[in-house]
Amino acid sequence: MLRYLLPLGIFVGLVALFAVGLYRDPKLVPSPLIGKPAPEFTLPTLKDPKKTFSRNDLLGKVSLVNVWATWCVSCRQEHRFLMQVAQRPGMQLIGFDYKDERPAAMQWLQSLGNPYATVLFDQSGRTGIDWGVYGTPETFVVDPKGIVRYKHIGPMTPDAWHDHIEPVLAQIRTGKG
Amino acid sequence: MSGRFQAFMLLLALAWSAAALAAISVYDFPDAQQEHRFKHLINELRCLVCQNQSLAESNAGLAQDLRQEVYEMVSSGKNDDQILKFLVDRYGDFVLYRPPVEATTYLLWFGPFLVLLVGLVILIRTVRRRAALATGTLSAEEQQRLHQVLDQPKDKDQP
Repeated sequence: MLRYLLPLGIFVGLVALFAVGLYRDPKLVPSPLIGKPAPEFTLPTLKDPKKTFSRNDLLGKVSLVNVWATWCVSCRQEHRFLMQVAQRPGMQLIGFDYKDERPAAMQWLQSLGNPYATVLFDQSGRTGIDWGVYGTPETFVVDPKGIVRYKHIGPMTPDAWHDHIEPVLAQIRTGKG
Repeated sequence: MSGRFQAFMLLLALAWSAAALAAISVYDFPDAQQEHRFKHLINELRCLVCQNQSLAESNAGLAQDLRQEVYEMVSSGKNDDQILKFLVDRYGDFVLYRPPVEATTYLLWFGPFLVLLVGLVILIRTVRRRAALATGTLSAEEQQRLHQVLDQPKDKDQP
């Protein structure tokens, strides 16, 4: 009996393994930053190149750092939802304009609306490398102590918000983890 | 026909070498050893945008930026471990085409040998069983039947 059950068991096991692997998105690379302090940075703001924003400005509040660019198609897709997110109390939505042109980005915010408390301007993409950005849009959740708690890769959607961001925000609120 | 084909192949080879050089030629190195290290590193690192290409092969914006980073780190005298750590700290082990040997990757590194071992064990067991069958002695009952068959007069077999 075992003679037949064993190969069958191995076969079923392999099929299950491959099925799980097949449905996982290889584009989602887990960030090594989770649970670690957000990287040090100082960037000019988009609106005023003379003003700067640094890591210290993230402290004391829950921050959502949303990496976007005008050349990024799915950033346009998530923009409407970000406008809704901006209304929610208890956190600041920080824009991180990645490898972009200033006039284009200003134009974007003017025509689509500006959901961000502040927009950082990383023209060279250097700070983006420190944050491990590899594809826009990406959204980091940073707690009041400056620890990166979560990274969402891809456009923010109501589902993603409900399934992934809300639980992390709740955890931060209750001081767990 | 073959002349045309040769011309096409030549053109292809030229185009390919130009593309291959394009990724490298921008960078100047004081010595060949640094250049060699740079080329080695960018071939060992994965581009996260087009995941089946190395930093050396990819033309994605991020790959260009990361090549530049690696170039600057090589030029500033950082060693290979420091450079790899810089990238792993930011992008995780995924940037390495050769993942590190650690508890979570034991199966990845040693799995094939495990499968090979299991295969060998099965092979040896099968061969032994067959060998035992071939050289095995017959039981008394089987001997008797054998004699019966062999001792039968030939003409009875052929009607």
